[in-house]
Amino acid sequence: MSAAAGRPGDTPAVVVRDLHVSLGGTPVLAGIDLTVAAGEWVTVIGPNGAGKSTLLRVVGGLLPASGGVSLFGTPIGSLRRRDRARIVATVAQSPVVPPGMSVLDYVLLGRTPYIPPLGRESAADLAAVHEVLGRLDLGGFAQRELATLSGGERQRVFLARALAQGATLLLLDEPTSALDIGHQQEVLELVDQLRREHGLTVVATMHDLSIAGEYADRLVLLAAGRVAAAGTPREVLTERLLAEHYRATVRVVDGEHGPLVVPVRRP
Amino acid sequence: MSRPAGLRPRWLVGGVVAVLVALVAGVSLGPVTLPPGSVAAELLNLLPGVHLESGLSEREIAIVTELRLPRVVLGLLVGGLLALAGGCYQGVFRNPLADPYLLGVAAGAGLAVTAVIALGGAGTEGALTGLPLTIPLAAFVGSLGAVALTYLLGAAGGRSRSPAMLILAGVAVSAFLSAGQTYLLQRNADSIQAVYSWLLGRLATAGWHDVLLVLPYAVLTTVVVLLHGRELDVLSVGDDEASSLGLHPQRSRYLLIAAASLGTAAAVSATGLIGFVGIIVPHTVRLLAGSSYRVILPLSLLFGAAFLALTDVVARTAAAPAEIPIGVVTALLGGPFFVLVLRTARRVLT
Repeated sequence: MSAAAGRPGDTPAVVVRDLHVSLGGTPVLAGIDLTVAAGEWVTVIGPNGAGKSTLLRVVGGLLPASGGVSLFGTPIGSLRRRDRARIVATVAQSPVVPPGMSVLDYVLLGRTPYIPPLGRESAADLAAVHEVLGRLDLGGFAQRELATLSGGERQRVFLARALAQGATLLLLDEPTSALDIGHQQEVLELVDQLRREHGLTVVATMHDLSIAGEYADRLVLLAAGRVAAAGTPREVLTERLLAEHYRATVRVVDGEHGPLVVPVRRP
Repeated sequence: MSRPAGLRPRWLVGGVVAVLVALVAGVSLGPVTLPPGSVAAELLNLLPGVHLESGLSEREIAIVTELRLPRVVLGLLVGGLLALAGGCYQGVFRNPLADPYLLGVAAGAGLAVTAVIALGGAGTEGALTGLPLTIPLAAFVGSLGAVALTYLLGAAGGRSRSPAMLILAGVAVSAFLSAGQTYLLQRNADSIQAVYSWLLGRLATAGWHDVLLVLPYAVLTTVVVLLHGRELDVLSVGDDEASSLGLHPQRSRYLLIAAASLGTAAAVSATGLIGFVGIIVPHTVRLLAGSSYRVILPLSLLFGAAFLALTDVVARTAAAPAEIPIGVVTALLGGPFFVLVLRTARRVLT
């Protein structure tokens, strides 16, 4: 358990109670319960179509849902959009990169919840953005066109935009799916460092189970719209659970920080 | 410290200068060519508290203020509106091909005007002069009716409604209304010429009453759209991102479509269908001055105004004493010009 995780009595960052979501008449989530303590890193894993991204969208307020979702004790439905945007920031799986937009302008979009409607950014907004760019070693990229950056650099810029939002809850949908293994580590180390320095709460979805287990305090295994297992990586990443829900043949070996999942050829 | 994208002063000055040049050129040139300096002096005299000696005769002053100025001003208004609406639609739909006619505006106006001319019993040349108010009114009602129909169809997708749904609805509505117009024309072949002379765009008969008809809508559209430049920049990253940043993308989209459509309908009702301005002006601005809507929108307004007013000069001088329909000139001049911009900008960018 990480030291940053919430103390007993703290309001949890996320509480999901009996959440049901149907998309186009098809039930996608069927009775999800989930609590994420403030400062915790929880990663949602599960096979394709399990409902991971949908869960993240509901927590981020992008999908209405029957059932209760509360952020830091407030029901998400009673939050105004601007207020919600100051609490929770989402980095989508593959964010749209508008042609011609500079890194500075893209990160500045993160200040939207602080800019009055139809107004323009203040000097304070600009200062906040430059501070975030500096912290993420993006100072030299400010005037570069976002579309010209490499995958790893872009992912840092997406994170910068989320940080500029000043939210304490960070939702990351497949933050590393487009990156090579070195950049995956670089981005996740950065997220972990930011989490510790700023007391952020992180809820992510991931496909790479070993990496998911390395960085998360807890894993939630989603299968067919339900929570199939939840707990520490050691509790969730077992050969039996992965065989049952992923239909995968794997060996789970002990690593330095947690279990490592190695796929093996089927007999 | 680096600066965010914004309207650079030199571009703003450039746009204002372009409008002033178009204004003076538009008023000076014609069957009777007047010296630009005198025209500029006479135009300044219209401002309160200015009394300059222009050296123009009474008759020439009348040509300036009663004949040419309303036409040039209407050209400026319509050009600015069409270009602004085009830039706005491109942002709202995140589609570079969006233009003011996308949502059925042209087809609706076309059908309504055809119906008035063909069925109004005035199926001859006299129609346009005989029905001075009915035709703009029909065009206005027709455009807005078509846009409303497009909204309804586009929203029928329920929760899956998206920019693409609305565009598809616009295509369907346009096809349907155009078919209706073709049918009417075929049944009333004697009114074809009157209908087409309106459809191809006309500034020739413009008077101050046309300007006053368009002005309120132009002001409303301009204010609403220009205020949303930043929001359009946020919308460019997608609806999900925009709403997770605290905006209501669908609400902004409908407001902006309504504002741009109202402006387009007003422009169409005054001057007929003038194509191309709504696409080439915003794209030229985007390629040359920057891709933020805080740059594109105000500059499209200014350069669109100047472009149409100057095009009108060509339309009435190139084949004098005859006039070429302005819609023909915008496409003939605009097409090659845009290809030129596209090629040079690409060379600069890559």
